[in-house]
Formats: sequence, C-alpha cells, structure tokens
Amino acid sequence: MPVDVLNVENLFFRYNSSDVLSDISFSVKAGDYIGLVGPNGSGKTTLIKIILGLLKPFSGHVKLFGDHINAFSGWDRIGYLPQKIPALNPRFPATVREIVAMGLLSKKGFPKHITKADTATVDTILSLLDIRDLKHKPIGELSGGQQQRVLVARAIVNNPEFLILDEPTDALDPEMRDRFFLLLEELNRKKNVTIVIITHDVGNIGRYTSKMLYIDKKVVFYGSFDDFCKSDEITHIFGAFAQHIICHRHDPNLNFSSGEHGAD
Amino acid sequence: MELTEFLQYGFIQRALIAGSFIGILCSILGVFLVLRRFSLIGDGLAHATFGSVALAMLMKMSPLYISIPLVMICSLGILKLTEKARLYGDAAIGVVSSLGIAGGVMLASIAGGFNVDLFSYLFGSILSISKAEVIISIVLSVLVILIITFYYHELLSITFDEDSAKASGINTKLINTLFILLTAVTVVLSMKVVGIMLISALLIFPAVTALQIAKSFKAMMIVASLSAVTSVVTGIILSLFLDLPTGATIVIINFIFFISGLLYKRVIKE
Repeated sequence: MPVDVLNVENLFFRYNSSDVLSDISFSVKAGDYIGLVGPNGSGKTTLIKIILGLLKPFSGHVKLFGDHINAFSGWDRIGYLPQKIPALNPRFPATVREIVAMGLLSKKGFPKHITKADTATVDTILSLLDIRDLKHKPIGELSGGQQQRVLVARAIVNNPEFLILDEPTDALDPEMRDRFFLLLEELNRKKNVTIVIITHDVGNIGRYTSKMLYIDKKVVFYGSFDDFCKSDEITHIFGAFAQHIICHRHDPNLNFSSGEHGAD
Repeated sequence: MELTEFLQYGFIQRALIAGSFIGILCSILGVFLVLRRFSLIGDGLAHATFGSVALAMLMKMSPLYISIPLVMICSLGILKLTEKARLYGDAAIGVVSSLGIAGGVMLASIAGGFNVDLFSYLFGSILSISKAEVIISIVLSVLVILIITFYYHELLSITFDEDSAKASGINTKLINTLFILLTAVTVVLSMKVVGIMLISALLIFPAVTALQIAKSFKAMMIVASLSAVTSVVTGIILSLFLDLPTGATIVIINFIFFISGLLYKRVIKE
C-alpha cells in the first residue's frame, strides 16, 4: 500500500491561549492536488508552517512521506513557496540566479556547492517562467509579480514530489496567473507532483484541483470539488448564489464577461 | 616623520595587521547582520563587553579571557530570547545591552571607579595591541572566512528567507548559533580597534556602504571587506599624522565612504 504524502492527525495549535487550529485531521495521497481555502485568519498559513516543522503544534501529529515531522529528513522531496519573505527589502543584493539556486540546496551534501549543471537547471526554470532575462538582476529591483515568479522558480527547481504553495498567485497578473496554474496542472498530471495550494481564488482553483480543503480553525470541508459544490456547509458559508458562481465559473457554457479573475 | 618611518615601528605594524583582519571579520559578518536587520547586535554585545572588561579588571585578569566566554554567553542569551521568549531582535539586544552596561558600571564602582584602562577599552587603543592579540585576530579571521565559505549558500538562504531555508532541510539552529558566537568573539576582538563605544560602526558601515554599490551578494562581501580594510589602514595612518583618536578617525572615514557610496548610487546608478 503506498504511503501517504501527508498525514495530519488531531492537530491543535494555540497562540496566546486562544485556539488557532483545533482538531485538524486529513491526509494527502500521492498525486493529489488540493486547494486549501478559508477566510483570513482561519489558520491556513499556520497549518502549512506546522506541516513543514516551522511551528510546533500544541498537540497532534504530522507525518511526511510516512515519517514523523521531527524525524523527517527528505526535504529534497518538498518544494515550498511562503506567503511573504520578511527580509525582502529593495536593497537585498542577491541576484535572481542566486535566489533560485537556493531551491537546489536540499539535494546537496556538505559543503553545498552550486555547479555549472545547477546553473543550467536554474536557467531552464527561469525560461519556463519567462524571467530568464532577469537572471543577473538583484531580486529587490524586480516588480512584485517578477519576484513572485522567482520564488515560484525556487520552489519547483529541485523537481519536488510535494509542492506546498502559500498564496502563490497574489502578485501575478491574470495572464501569468493562468500560465502558472497550467504549469502546476502539468506538474501534477505529467509528473504526479502532489500539490497543496493556499488561495483566496476559490472560484478559479476549482478548475484545477482534485480536492478542496476548507478550514476555519477546524476542518469545515475536505473532499472533491464536486462534493464541495454540493456541500451544505459551503452553502452555509458562501450562500447558494455565490456557491453556484464559484462552482460554475469553469463551465465553458457559461460566460462571465466581468471579474473573470476576481473571486477573491 | 615619514610614513615609511612610521611603518618600521612594531606597534604600528601590529595595529595595521590586526586592524585589517578585524576589519575583514567585522565587514563580512556585518553584511549578514545588516541584511537580517540585526545590525544593533554589535552595540548590544559591545555593552556586554564593557561589563565583562569591568569584571576582568576587578579580578585583575586579562579582559580577553573573561570577555570572550562571557560575551559568547550573552550572544546565546540574545538568540534564546528571540527564539524561546519570542522577543523581537531589537528588544532582546536591548535587554542584554542594558544589563551589560549596568553590570559594568556596578563593577567599576565596586572597583573604586573608572580608571584609565577601562577608558582605553571604551574608546579603543589599537596602537597598544599585543602580539597575542594579532595572532588571535588572524586565526579567527581565517576561521570566519573558512566557515563563511563552507556555509555560504546556507547563510545566504537563511539571510534571505529563514523559513524556506529550514523547510529545505538546512540546520538553521546550528548555523544561527555558530554565526552569533562568531559575532561575539569578533566584537570582543574589535574593542581594541575602535573601542567598545564604536564597535557597531565597524560592523554596520562597511556593509551599508557595500549595499549602495554591490549588485550581488558576493560583490557585497568583497566591497564591504575592501571598505573596512581601507578605512582601518587610512584611519590608523591619519590619526598618527594628525594626532587624532584612532578609533574615532576610523569611524569617520567609514562614514565618508558611506556617504560616497550613497552619492555614487544617487548620481551614477539612478
């Protein structure tokens, strides 16, 4: 029986004695493409940080590829795009190439060294995301959308088996956003990359994902997009009309001429 | 007196050699500290150094032997306060800094007040640097450069985005600890060059000067090192010729470099 990519069991997280996450349990199988949605402050980013071992849960367990998070060492199997970079200031002197090459470090022993082959790999990813001409530019000099593409490149450059993306499309323009989702779809279908993506773009994400996980401090819904559209809990949250809009945006027979990308 | 004549004196040779190596040390560490918005750790640890020097004098011991371990403990204290007590970096530095000053003043008072020796540490006395201190400076500089070389990509990754670095399997705890301990030792060594009051200038100025000019991380470290060595060497020589305090002269030259970098960026780059 294949090992689950991710198991989260009875997870609780408290901050200043108030519950941020309460009794969260779910599992992710290889090849799943999960849209993690929920209102602001619902604990999505906190959940991701606990999954990656960046925060310690109050109680509960996280297993990555069958290993408890504290014993997990296969970080080269994971790609991560954070919601924001705290230290990213306009003066940060690292070039785009240097930033993307950071994504290859998990595959390296000690001392870590970036080879010419690594640089070629980095350049290929930069071409894929249409930012190869920026490779020598300092990251701080780029626009928000360009920076976001650089960070996406860093997350996928090591060909991860499990990709965790925290609001990756927020700074992207509509055209780039669609191209980005197509890239993720390709990674998921052709390379069987497991994806968990946090997004506020609930309507758009259903076009691509195989499952939806809606949390609001606890799991409200976890299942297929079809079931998401039929779920009473989701109807209760969004209302029947909004749920209908969300669920039928990707229906080619329907034509929504305005707000094509603005379901956030 | 001619410059060549000056250079024949052993104490000047020692000052130039030790000052240059400490300048390189400070500038390389300063690049990481500035980019991680941890610049004022130099000030905090310098104040802790003040307390440790006062203790050493009370115990009638060489300050280096007391200061290095004590300031290393203080640096770990800052790290733990930020990690465990979840204090912001500046608040953690403030706690250790004020404790260091208060401890120093109290110990100096017990010892019968401030004396000439304590003042020489406060404002620097690079011309009185000993052979042993020169050797320690060289050994430590080489050690720091080796560590930075071996951990360059990890340090760059942590400096840019610590969470992602950790999620890519980098042992951020080990590297942060190693880095802060190196900073502590560097601060103690620097007290002779510019004095406890001005140590943070040697950590911050070369890095912020390089930040105006450099376009890559490696370039930033090279420019910062060159700026630091030039300012230390020029500062020592100028202070001798003009009969000025050496530490303050080095800092003023660093400030001139910074302003020049700022103007270069404004006029040429933008």
